[in-house]
Amino acid sequence: MIVLNGSPRDGTPSLGVLLDELGLGSDARGVAVAVDGEVVPRSEWDRWALVDGARVEVVDAIQGG
Amino acid sequence: MPSREAEPRLAGLEIAGRRLASRLLLGTGGFQSFELLAAAIGASGTAVVTVALRRIDPAGRGSLIGVLDAAGVDVLPNTAGCHTARDAVLTARLAREAFATDWIKLEVIGDERTLLPDAVELLAAAEELVDDGFVVLPYTNDDPILARRLEDVGCAAVMPLGSPIGSGMGICNPYNITLICDRAGVPVILDAGIGTASDAALAIELGCDGVLCASAISRARDPAAMARAVALGVEAGELARAAGRIERRSHAVASTPEKGRPVL
Repeated sequence: MIVLNGSPRDGTPSLGVLLDELGLGSDARGVAVAVDGEVVPRSEWDRWALVDGARVEVVDAIQGG
Repeated sequence: MPSREAEPRLAGLEIAGRRLASRLLLGTGGFQSFELLAAAIGASGTAVVTVALRRIDPAGRGSLIGVLDAAGVDVLPNTAGCHTARDAVLTARLAREAFATDWIKLEVIGDERTLLPDAVELLAAAEELVDDGFVVLPYTNDDPILARRLEDVGCAAVMPLGSPIGSGMGICNPYNITLICDRAGVPVILDAGIGTASDAALAIELGCDGVLCASAISRARDPAAMARAVALGVEAGELARAAGRIERRSHAVASTPEKGRPVL
């Protein structure tokens, strides 16, 4: 299990697989990812392993400021 | 009639060595549609717009970035909603990955009711982000001492509020804004509180180098028209400042000579 944006999610996929499921490739603009409070560089999305219970935050550009 | 070119102009707005085409920065919050946003960007003439980051909604991914790309403007991500230096620093690092820019509009808010900056957390976050290579543009109180401290830790500009975010109260303490401008060695951008075009003109007249405006435009009845009005306000303020305003006096000064007045 992982926690994606505050919601539990079955399975412990790699970050690359998770982002694929969300329809996000490494070229997704305005998107960034943090795992357990640490930003994962875009270049490492594909090979980043997630451990059981990992807290994954995936953020997107919105209007603001 | 003198040509525009003959009129005195101030040096343009340059932040961290980058020349911006306009003194007006536009916040993208509050626009009811991408069409209204795009129209306002065009009417404002701005070169830089702010965006925020929030948890992704995979079902509802919009084309905000596409709209901004099509408008040809640069993105200035913010850390809106952050209450601690830790959150703001992490958000800035997310923004760097999301937008491939090391520019960050740093906001660290003290409470939800006033949305006023938390000076202690703001300064700590600014210092850490500067050390991490960011070009930091902090949203700050209209406090000349804090503005100087932010500059001292290496911020590329300071962005004092005119009044609270979204309040539209204009510039509540023009004396403090003037003090900040007089002492600043980095650009001063009036951020928050602009209600209408004349507020933007006043900001520039007081000595600000730029104005960041969101709600006054996005929540206006006609956002594109207000965007144009605020842009003209900025330009009017620039011309007025360069032209040199007269002193304020507490008594009248006749503009028509007394000499030669007929005795009737």
